[in-house]
Amino acid sequence: MKLKSRHLLGLDGVTKEEITLILDTAASFREVLDRPIKKVPPLQGKTVVNLFFESSTRTRISFELAERRLSADVVNFASAGSSTSKGETLKDTARNIEAMKIDMVVIRHSAPGSAQFLTRVLDSNIINAGDGWHEHPTQGLLDMYTLREKFGTLEGLRVCILGDITHSRVARSNIFGLTTMGAHVSICGPSTLIPRDLEHLGVKVYHRLDDVIQEVDAFNVLRIQLERQKSGLFPSLREYHRFFGLTKEKIARAGKPITIMHPGPINRDVELSADLADSEHSVILQQVTNGVAVRMAVLYLLGTTN
Amino acid sequence: MKLLLKGGRLIDPITKRDEVVDIQITDGRIDRIAPSISAPQGYRSIDLKGKVVAPGLIDMHVHLREPGYEHKETIETGCASAAEGGFTAVCCMPNTNPAIDDESVARYVREKGKSVCNGLVDVYPIGAATKGRKGEELAPMAELAEAGAVGFSDDGAPIAHAGIMRRALEYSSMYGVPVIQHAEEPELTQAGCMNEGMTATRLGMPGIPPIAEELMVARDIIMLRYIPRAKYHVAHISTQGALDAVRAAKAEGLNITCEVAPHHFALTEEVVSSFDTNTKMNPPLRTREDAAALKAGLKDGTIDVIATDHAPHTIDEKEVEYTQAPFGIVGLETCVGICLTELVGKGVLTLMQLIEKLSTRPRAILSLPPIIIKEGELANLTIIDPDIEWTVDKELLKSKSKNTPFHGMQLKGKAIGIFNHGSSNLT
Repeated sequence: MKLKSRHLLGLDGVTKEEITLILDTAASFREVLDRPIKKVPPLQGKTVVNLFFESSTRTRISFELAERRLSADVVNFASAGSSTSKGETLKDTARNIEAMKIDMVVIRHSAPGSAQFLTRVLDSNIINAGDGWHEHPTQGLLDMYTLREKFGTLEGLRVCILGDITHSRVARSNIFGLTTMGAHVSICGPSTLIPRDLEHLGVKVYHRLDDVIQEVDAFNVLRIQLERQKSGLFPSLREYHRFFGLTKEKIARAGKPITIMHPGPINRDVELSADLADSEHSVILQQVTNGVAVRMAVLYLLGTTN
Repeated sequence: MKLLLKGGRLIDPITKRDEVVDIQITDGRIDRIAPSISAPQGYRSIDLKGKVVAPGLIDMHVHLREPGYEHKETIETGCASAAEGGFTAVCCMPNTNPAIDDESVARYVREKGKSVCNGLVDVYPIGAATKGRKGEELAPMAELAEAGAVGFSDDGAPIAHAGIMRRALEYSSMYGVPVIQHAEEPELTQAGCMNEGMTATRLGMPGIPPIAEELMVARDIIMLRYIPRAKYHVAHISTQGALDAVRAAKAEGLNITCEVAPHHFALTEEVVSSFDTNTKMNPPLRTREDAAALKAGLKDGTIDVIATDHAPHTIDEKEVEYTQAPFGIVGLETCVGICLTELVGKGVLTLMQLIEKLSTRPRAILSLPPIIIKEGELANLTIIDPDIEWTVDKELLKSKSKNTPFHGMQLKGKAIGIFNHGSSNLT
């Protein structure tokens, strides 16, 4: 089996079979990561460019490691100090880099649709590493991988995405992926940070943690960005933490263990209490490890089929 | 020019005439209209069987970009585009550089219009409502009107401040010139770039809520009730709520009119999923329910006018990230085809009603002289083939810019020629 598209732009519209293929492929690469020599040859001779127009630590390093472990040649681009700061357009930047004969582009950009935009102006395989608030498909996949590893299946699993949904590409990719895989997805957050008509994506929306805490197997806790408070979307971090922050005490009310995920970076004791982030229920570091395997799977599946 | 137009169906909303006739035209003037005329010596006969002869169409909402943005469009290329699309007149919005907020700019635009395309297309400037379109001080409306401005608008931006809007309505009412509002409450639109709702939520795109338009229309209606002598026209109405407000205001007898752009009833927000920046305009494409409501508003007469909001931008300007792209699409050359396909073809409007909304009504709103189709009058006519099937090809557009979301769309019906001021492009 193959993926239908030669790009990975998002999980919206990706089928259950395709997601399963990626997760199964990731499982075989996950095993490679535990070997003393963590390198396999499938992308030997392929050149991958990481085009990062937004700052990123974890995602960029994770992609770079994944690429190198598949034996690809890797070039990194970060927007600071590049021609973008001199006013060059995304199209020109991308075309110039492609003119140097490359095979795949991993793009992180603040504008929704920018990965799709590249598919129209380039011939390379395009992988979306986060486009504005739209999608972050490899994050969605690594979250699903981690949940599947923990629970054995995604079918019927009850997952709550907690926090700022409006501005979250992680939330969207998780919603698309998890609903496709048959999980029950709930959303919890302040009404000013939940976009209109979200229910149409097949999720249940809550505004009180206590209402949802009894009904979930796992939380995916999103980072709350400080500038959202400044733009008037919620009154204060203190209030946010009190009503939407996840703590050991609140989790205890469920009377059963609940798995905690977070895409990072964590604002400790804002959206997630420090003790919970470091507790035995947290799979946050497994997410990071699995991220490399999942990205290897995506690079492999896209890079070896055309 | 000695022509005999044979067997066309003359549709004239002013006289309510709808009949097949021959029309003899000498040097641009109508000599004779009769059921059957045999061509006199030296007259070229053009067979218009199955074609429609209408009073010249007017697009009361276009952006010609000159002066200041001639890389997007010039008065000449804009008029060529209008002529190709079947329009004998256009009203150009004042968001040029400098803005049309001064009589010299208004005169320049008018005169330039007369000097291009053999004068086939009349160019009527819309004056800015405020100086520099900044929304702070009234533009010299009386001087602008004297120089030929037929309406006042800050289009592209709303007249947002209530105090300024009040004075604009009061002052313009002295001259019977309408204030044309780009209805948008800026506090609610911010960095939005598509309709707020289901599709924007799915795409992670900052939204422009329908209430931004509805709030501004509602506010202006309250003002109009207080200043009933003013004439107020809502540009490019796009939401069901705004339309309902206009309907109620009309029922109340207020001096309010509105226009719709073809893309707002022919397309919906779902097409933004392609992230094609030719689906980005302001107001944005709305929901299916809104598009259906707009068609109903055309049918019941709440919507007076169809106008394109022709907004040329170059490929380089549009080929960027969606959030960075400028708002707007070209519309002059696809308007008639879309209206015939979506409105007449689907039974929303009769041909007579469509021609009213593309000619008679906008001219009346702007106090332009009506087009009289009778012997002795200069021919100001648009010839339409309602049955021709064609596919929109952006490369064939006469406009300098090619930013259309209708590329590749199959349409039935188009304008095939116009007559104005003694010239014609009918072949």
